[in-house]
Amino acid sequence: MASRKPVRWHIAVFLAPAVLVYTSLMIIPLFGTLAQSLFNKDAAGERVFVGLANFARLFGDALWSDAFWNALANNTWFFVIHMLVQNPIGIALAAILSTPRLRMAAFYRTAIFIPTILSFVIVGFVWKLILSPIWGIAPGLLDLVGLKSLFQPWLGKEETALTTLALVSVWQFVGIPMMLIYAALLSIPDEVIEAAEMDGITGWSQFWKIKLPLILPSIGIISILTFVGNFNAFDLIYVAQGALAGPNFSTDILGTFLYRTFFGFQLQLGDPYMGSAIAGSMFGIILIGVCLYLFGIQTRLRRYQF
Amino acid sequence: MSARTSLGRTIAAHAVLLTYTLIALFPVFVIVINSFKSRKAIFADPLALPMPANFDLVGYQTVLKQGDFLLYFQNSLIVTVASLFFVLLFGAMAAFALSEYRFKGNTLMGLYLALGIMIPIRLGTVAILEIMVATGLVNTLTALILVYTAQGLPLAIFILSEFMKSVSKDLKDAGRIDGLSEYRIFFTLVLPLVRPAMATVAVFTMIPIWNDLWFPLILAPAEQTKTVTLGAQVFIGQFVTNWNAVLAALSLAIVPVLVLYLIFSRQLIRGITAGAVK
Repeated sequence: MASRKPVRWHIAVFLAPAVLVYTSLMIIPLFGTLAQSLFNKDAAGERVFVGLANFARLFGDALWSDAFWNALANNTWFFVIHMLVQNPIGIALAAILSTPRLRMAAFYRTAIFIPTILSFVIVGFVWKLILSPIWGIAPGLLDLVGLKSLFQPWLGKEETALTTLALVSVWQFVGIPMMLIYAALLSIPDEVIEAAEMDGITGWSQFWKIKLPLILPSIGIISILTFVGNFNAFDLIYVAQGALAGPNFSTDILGTFLYRTFFGFQLQLGDPYMGSAIAGSMFGIILIGVCLYLFGIQTRLRRYQF
Repeated sequence: MSARTSLGRTIAAHAVLLTYTLIALFPVFVIVINSFKSRKAIFADPLALPMPANFDLVGYQTVLKQGDFLLYFQNSLIVTVASLFFVLLFGAMAAFALSEYRFKGNTLMGLYLALGIMIPIRLGTVAILEIMVATGLVNTLTALILVYTAQGLPLAIFILSEFMKSVSKDLKDAGRIDGLSEYRIFFTLVLPLVRPAMATVAVFTMIPIWNDLWFPLILAPAEQTKTVTLGAQVFIGQFVTNWNAVLAALSLAIVPVLVLYLIFSRQLIRGITAGAVK
């Protein structure tokens, strides 16, 4: 052994390609945007430094803040539905799928994941067609079970549009928690399961007492991915309801609000400075959420090595 | 478990899975069957299967006459496969460095690389476009591959380093005692063990790339570099009242990504069964 530690070049070699591509195409452009949120135009149209004035307008000036808080509230509801519906369904499906010697497991897994691989263009349009009162698939189906009176144009009503779209999004993405949990469940060694069986722990109690604690880190990852994904969401709303996130902004989330502000719509011109301020706020919200997870929850999770 | 698995529980499991499978596949099914029907039949009875009486390919004829869908498929395929390769290779290398070695700034580097999960790369679009214009990469597939590689890396590194942390330390140390270089340890010992995670990352990386509308629209909207998602979107925009054509275009956009997924899904199963962390 040499007394001095040699330079470990392999670490640099392993890190370099990823860091290089990532820094030049993601970090530098993103920070360009964040820097821009501190500027605005003066009366002569010159770019001037305004400090946090854009953010003050965004949070306090009724012209901007009404839309901002509305979008934030809608976005939170969007996230709550995903946590309450998507993730429990995904975990349950994965638990059932990982039953040993279950026939056709590969078929089910493939089929349930299919909505996830479809583009927003397809998903948005498909559900618009199905829920459309004109085409009549949804009313027709409800008629089959004698519930036709329940049918409403869900996407067209202010009270139901956001929830409907959140559920469409759940339909599309339930495959992701299912796959991750499924992979985690399969990587539990047979010995652990056999030991549990020796002790007479089987079935549901085996899931709750043995498997669930072992897959908690994966559930943590899924929750944080859901949070980040939901607060970045844009496409589905845009495809289904347009940039105005109708009816009457009831489906407006941060992503669509940012898009309208940044790139403009119809008669309103794009405002890159306020757009950057919205982007900066989204960045802050997500940063807070992720930090809460990383330092509050993840450090308390126990990780098991097999 | 095997002898005691009750029949009732198996039936219940199948019932739940089958129900959810129906929910997942129904919308796709409706679109595909109606794409083969005449306009009148689409509206008269949307749930009927295509029969000789209502069979009509007019939608597909319109689509194939209009756009160069074959070229769009090829573009999407090149972009997706190339980006996927770079994301997996670079991502696994970086994840290994972060999870295996203790060095100054390790945590900081991990946080730095995780930043990209939090912020949509789209927020930097204007600056990215400026870079591409400056380097003359606008309207090339290279531009898309570079952006998608950057976009996919953070999540890949995040997930892969989670999985690499659970690879047994004894195995790697045994390799070191046998005189393997760090590169050999990574490529021959660790990579095969995290194959299930790699397949999972591959599927998750592939989907947003294949389905992206934003960057093809901004960085490569030219006819020769159009991807299939952009092609379908443009087409639907033009033919919004021609339901036959729209349904046919939707069906055509579903098929290739389905095939790609089925290929990877095999890999996923093989990876999980062969590579399951022992």
